[in-house]
Formats: sequence, structure tokens, C-alpha cells
Amino acid sequence: MKLSIWTYEGPPHVGAMRVATAMEKLHFVLHAPQGDTYADLLFTMIERGNKRPPVTYTTFQARDLGADTADLFKKACKEAVERFKPEALLVGASCTAELIQDDPGGLADALNLEIPVIPLELPSYQRKENFGTDETFYQIVKALSCTQEKTKKFSVNILGPTALGFRHKDDVRELKTILDDLNIDLNTVAPLGASPSSIKSLTKAHANVMLYPESSELACRWLKENFGMPYTEHTPIGINSTKDFIEELNKIRGVKDSFSDTSRLNFDWWSKSVDSNYFTGKRVFIFGDATHVATASRIAKEEMAFSIVGIGCYNREYARKIRSLAKDLSVDALISDDYLEVERRIADLQPELILGSQMERHIGKRLGIPCAVISAPFHVQDHPARFSPQVGWEGANVIFDTWVHPLVMGLEEHLLGMFREDFEFNDTAGPSHLSNSKSKLNEEKETGADNEIRWAPEATKELKKIPFFVRGKAKRNTEKFAFENGHSAITKDLLYEAKAHYAR
Amino acid sequence: MNEHSKIENMGGCSEIPVLKERGQREVFCGLTGIIWLHRKIQDAFFLVVGSRTCAHLLQSAAGVMIFAEPRFGTAILEEKDLAGMADAHEELDREVANLLERRPDIKQLFLVGSCPSEVIKLDLSNAAERLSKIYFPKVKVLNFSGSGIETTFTQGEDACLASLVPTLKETDEENLILVGSLPDIVEDQLVELIKELGIKEVAVLPGRDRETMPSIGKKSKFILVQPFLTDTTEALEKRGASRINAPFPFGEEGTTLWLRSIKENYGISDDKFEIVTSAPRKRAQLGLKKLRTSLQGKTIFFFPDSQLEIPLARFLSRECGMKLIEVGSPYINRSLVDKDLELIEDMPVISEGQDVDLQLDRCRESNPDITVCGLGLANPLEAEGLTTKWAIELVFTPIHGYEQAQDLAELFVRPLKRKEALLI
Repeated sequence: MKLSIWTYEGPPHVGAMRVATAMEKLHFVLHAPQGDTYADLLFTMIERGNKRPPVTYTTFQARDLGADTADLFKKACKEAVERFKPEALLVGASCTAELIQDDPGGLADALNLEIPVIPLELPSYQRKENFGTDETFYQIVKALSCTQEKTKKFSVNILGPTALGFRHKDDVRELKTILDDLNIDLNTVAPLGASPSSIKSLTKAHANVMLYPESSELACRWLKENFGMPYTEHTPIGINSTKDFIEELNKIRGVKDSFSDTSRLNFDWWSKSVDSNYFTGKRVFIFGDATHVATASRIAKEEMAFSIVGIGCYNREYARKIRSLAKDLSVDALISDDYLEVERRIADLQPELILGSQMERHIGKRLGIPCAVISAPFHVQDHPARFSPQVGWEGANVIFDTWVHPLVMGLEEHLLGMFREDFEFNDTAGPSHLSNSKSKLNEEKETGADNEIRWAPEATKELKKIPFFVRGKAKRNTEKFAFENGHSAITKDLLYEAKAHYAR
Repeated sequence: MNEHSKIENMGGCSEIPVLKERGQREVFCGLTGIIWLHRKIQDAFFLVVGSRTCAHLLQSAAGVMIFAEPRFGTAILEEKDLAGMADAHEELDREVANLLERRPDIKQLFLVGSCPSEVIKLDLSNAAERLSKIYFPKVKVLNFSGSGIETTFTQGEDACLASLVPTLKETDEENLILVGSLPDIVEDQLVELIKELGIKEVAVLPGRDRETMPSIGKKSKFILVQPFLTDTTEALEKRGASRINAPFPFGEEGTTLWLRSIKENYGISDDKFEIVTSAPRKRAQLGLKKLRTSLQGKTIFFFPDSQLEIPLARFLSRECGMKLIEVGSPYINRSLVDKDLELIEDMPVISEGQDVDLQLDRCRESNPDITVCGLGLANPLEAEGLTTKWAIELVFTPIHGYEQAQDLAELFVRPLKRKEALLI
């Protein structure tokens, strides 16, 4: 038993729903009690879905237990097939139904339906949402794939985009443009927009693009082992990762060099332009799903020249990848789905920018640290109306804008400094686009009642001249420096000695 | 699942037929009540003993994570708890110990049962008793079930309040208890009106903290402010309290009839009643008059959600002139809503339970001007061209009493107005 307050991932059957909802002509019968239908609103509200997810819940009640839950399940299957006329049926159990062990697969089989029935094993008490997407997509591919003649021209499938994925729909659109540039045919996208019959034609393609390993690695590996289809391992998010992805694709199809139209790419020049000087060495903490964290780390380091102070992911399946990346970056990896632990880490590290999920956005709000969202889980406000991919050249542009938006820009930073002494200038107001509330953390630090190190009045006065958004860090660093060097009082000089010591 | 659908006579004093359905239900389970209960009872923590699904539901229903550490959480059952490798009770004790150590402000702890905890027959009443022995008097430990196999949405609050009743202090004094959680501002308004009528001892269940929970005895009277409190009513009656039956205080008429039931029970004079109620009544009438024109003659279809549907249907048909097509409720306790039902003219289809696909067929067929439904259905129906009202707003928004009558009507006007205003 483990106390959980806010969770990054739902149960595995929500992962299965993300696959089913992304697809067409597929229906999912979920053996579940009343209340599990809450999951529908994730799709209809967060993604503003205009259709109900294709899911029938059996809705068993206490009085059904031990009596006829199995019949209830069979009836739900029959009625769902009659009403929705799917090409294939997914069947599975949510956490409660798993306990009553009705065997949805066996029950559905006994109905002798005329369509393929794909049973799902979703261990709710061990695994989570991302496992559910990966496993469900894999089971669908495994159940429906068969040998097909390859397309004449080199073609690929894009595998991994699901419903409720972070910008998945836009990523597919951008990736299609890039494949077009490269003169590579697109065979099928799945699960997003695919039907069971288009899954059957996956094997016509020559290779697979594994767009998000979280939701398609099992399927890609199975297609490689059974149909000899190679797959790409680079996720094309960021300039350099996109270049590597194209190179990997070229290698697979045996082409030395190919043309990709980068005239749309602004990120590189934006990052080189003088205003961006102020991003150099910005201390950034990155947390989310492993794929987005890994690509964001590379962008942060190589394409923004930020300084990464910590990274982590909530999906344990990719812990190894994130740990080795952290080692390369000489930072600690945080592998955890405990939201409070992430908050503590961020509070300790005091980054200037957080790149995270909606959970980190909330943490950032409370600690007064700006945050840009780079990963699921996301809120309705991070599902914009405009085209906002993460993938490819346009994705890089979007990322630049998104990350820079919450930061204090170069000129603005100067102006804040210039007018700090002006009596009309409100030092606590903060950047206009951030919440008005004063950083809690800075407040706590400013009182510092339990601190044994004494601040001389002139040093306190000097400290107040430091912009409020770095004051907490300056105070903490100075105290640490004083402590380590055996000073019990902080003078103005010591403040500047510490500043010199921590200069980057 | 249509063989389960059948028209049944509800019996009793009225001959209103009810369409009873059983099939897929598109409603929340009782755990959802924790979202408002934890704000209402400010020294309580709600610890769900359940699965990741329970935690995910609470998070999704709560919407925005305003609090770093809200006063609710889920002790998530893991494989080892189920396989008997770990003693679930020991695990629970450890989690509770950690929690109470970290949150010394907690004075009441509710252990909340879920679908999985009930299926594995984890005895939470036993656990509450055991933990009470350790933590009482500093912390009172109670338990109730919010599981989906036992409770629908607002029935979670019913189960919570019912669990509180046996712990209320005994009194020989007369008092009047308002039962059901309301936003503080509405609660204050209603209590004030009742006090102005001349009733001195007025209490509210649930109290805002452990200290303000009401006392109860044979001379206690109580009146419900929410229609979904079947088990709580039974528990209060068991303690000897008697219920004042009334329509629910929605709208000007509803609030007046609700207050009048109290007035009559206490033998308060007509003059006094007039003096106390005339000003807020007039205000409510004035507010409603403006909105009535937008709602007059419009048709409405209720999907089952909170059990508030019948009293709200009464308000919308009588005070706003709307035409009821179907009023769906997850569960109908005739003895609690009969006063509202009696007032509904042109009886629509009253349905209990749900088979969502069949109900959607009926809804599309009748093409109502407004459909009241859950968040899972709202956008899909809007995309089909129907105008919807989120049912959950009716639970989260202050809608009871005179001063909110206008706000209540406005909730239904807004989607209609928006539809008119949009030129796309």
C-alpha cells in the first residue's frame, strides 16, 4: 500500500482507452464497476473530443458479484457489437474486475462473434497507463498482422501516436511533411486514425518510425522479429534529434544523403541572436515521460545552452535510459511517480526554469518558478487550437517559443535592474505574465528565522537590491558559502565574495 | 440491456410511473463526493483505500490541483496486498501513522472504502475501530464506502454523513439540524433566516469541523437541504430525531415552501413568516423574472447524475416555465422527493438508473433545447448539435436558497445565450 495524492499516470486500462479512442472501427468492452466511466471525460474535456470514447463499461454492482457478472459481460459484448458494428473488439478488465476473475477473453470467445476479439491482460496492481498503451497496441498489431507484399516504393509506418498524447496529432502532421520532403511514402499511421483493417496493412511498409517508445516499442520490436521490419530509435524532437532521425531513416533505406527543407526552421537563428544571450547557463530542471525528457535535455544543452541541474521521469520502464543520460550530464536522475518527491527536489535545486508536465506546472506556480510543459500529463490549456507540434522543424520553433515565454527576456531583465530603485517600481510584482503571487519559497527564505547565520544590516540592504527572482538563490548561496567558510555573520563584502565564488 | 427496462409503478400515494433501466451508467461513483466534503469539513482527511483508478478519478474530477497536499489521498493497493504477502491492515496502519504524523492539523480521519477494497473484503470498520483506539481523542477515525458497486456520485456524501451520525453527542435539548453540505455562504443565509423565524438552536450536519458537529436527541428535528441523503435520514431517525418533510430549497417557491414547512412545524405565526421572508422573496422573484423569458417554453432532458434532478425539474418547470421531457435520476427515494414530485405538472418521463445508449437514443429523438448531462457526454452531444449543461456544475455551484435562485436559473440560460450569440 502506498499513499498517493496526485498521480502522473492512470491505471493501465486508461492506456488501453487511449489506443482504442485513437482508432476507428474498434470497440473496447471494459469489465468495470460504475464510476470507471470518469475516464471518458479525460478525452471529451482535455482533448475536447467530439465523440464518446468507443468504450462500453459493463457497470456491475455489488448485487451482481458472485451472481451474474459473467453474463453481464457477455451481454455487453453482444450489444456493443450489434450497436457499434466494429471491425474488431478489445476486451479487458479494470482493477475491480481483475479481482473477480471473470476472464473477459474466454467469455468473449464463447460468443463466437464474427469479428476478431483481442483480449487484454492489464495488471492494474502492478502496472500503469503507459504500459497499457504499449501492451494494447502490441496486442492489436499481433492479432491482426499478416504477411503482405511490400509497397514498390520505400514506405514507412508512423507508430505510437495515441489519444491524450502530448501533441501527438500535430507531431504526425509535421512528420508527414518531413517524410514528404524526403520523398518517403507513408503507409499507415497507428494507432491514431487507424482501423483494424489498416493495421492489417502495416506489414506492407518497409520500416517503422517508432515515434513514441512509450506506446509503440513492443509493437515495433515484434514487427521487427516477425516481419523483419527495422524501426527508428531516434525521436525527432529538437534540431539535432531530427537530424539524427533523418540520418537513421536514410541508413535504413540505404540512401547516403537526402534533402529536408529546413527553410521553416527559425529556432537555430533565434537561439543565436543576441537577445538569447541571456539564456546562457539558465538553470533548468526537466521532468516528464522519458522520451520527452531525453529529447528536451538535448535541446536544453545543445540548442539553448541552458545548464541542466536535474532530470527525471515518472515512467519506471525507461529508468535506465534516464539514469544513463543523467550520468552523461553529471546530474542526479529522479525516477519517481511521487509528486511530493519531485516538488522537494525542485525546491532543493531552485532552478530558474522547469520543463515538465502539468504536475510540475503546479509545483512551479507554488514555488514561483517559471515552467513550460513538455510532456503528458497535460491540462486542457496545454492542448492548443493552433498547430503546435514538438516533432521536426516546426516542432523546434514551437519549443523555442514555449520555453522562452515564461522566462524574463534579455532586455526585460535590464529594465528590471534599471528601475529597481525607482519608488514607483513595485519590486514584488514580478514579470507581468506570471502569477501575481509572490514566491512562497523566497518569502520563507527571506524570513529565515531558524538560521544561525546573522546578516549584517548593510548586507540585508544589499540583498534587497538583487532582483527578487534570484534573491532566494543568492541568499541561499551566500549562507552556504558563509557556513562552509566558517563565517557566522554575513557582511556586504561576503555577499560579493560568495557571488564571485558561485559565478559561472 | 433493454429487457431490464421496464415501467414500474412507484406505488405509495402517487401513481407516477417510473422507467427503470439497468445497463451502462455514465455517472461518477461515491468517491467523488470527497471533492466537496474535504473543503466543507476543514479538519478532516479522507483516505481512500483503493486502486490507482480511484486516485486517478479523484484527480480528474477535482480538475485543478490547487493544493500541494489536499486533505484527501488514496492508499493504493498493490500486488503484495492482494496476494496476502502483506497484511493489508498492517500496511494501512503504517500509512495512517505516516499521514497523521505529517498532518497534525487533522482531527477527523475518514477511511473510505472503494470497489477493490470491498471486493477483497477489507474490513474498514474494523480498521477504524482499531485506529480510533490508538489516536482517539486527538483524532476521530470513521469509515464509509464510496465504492461504485455500492454508491453513485452524491451517495458518497450520504454514506459519509451517515457514518458521522452515531458519533454525534446526545442532547436532551430541542434543536433543528440542517442536513447536507452546502457552500458556507448559502448555509449561513439559510441558518440566519431560520433564526430570524425565532428558532434559537440551529445546527448543521456536517459541521465545519469536529467541534461544530451538531448534538442530537429525541427532541431534535431535522430538515434535508439535499435530496440524496437516504441513509443519513435513517441514521438520524434511529437516534430519535424527527424529519420535517418539505420540497427542496431551490428557487423562490422551493425555498419558501421549505421554510414554511419549518414554520408550520414550529407553529410560527404567518406575520412573522411574512416579515422574515418577504424581502428575500421579492428579490428572488425579481431576479427570476428577468431570466424566465429566456427559459419559458424551452424543453429539457436530464441524464441521471446527482439525485438533484427531481427538485431541479420542479424548479425549472414551475418557476421558469420550462417543459420537461425526461427527468433521469440514478436513484429515487420517493419518501424524500415526494413533495417535489407532487408539484410537477405535465409529468414527464421519470427514469431511474441508466442504460446510457438507450437514453442517448431517446435524447436524440426528442431533440431537447437543453440536455443536462455529465462531462463525458457534453462535448459529444454539443458536436451533434444539442445544447448541454454540465450536471456537475449544479453540485459545485451555490444554487440553494433565495439569493441563489437567479444564479440557478442563469446556469441554464447561459448555454442557450451562448448558442444564440455565436455566429460561427
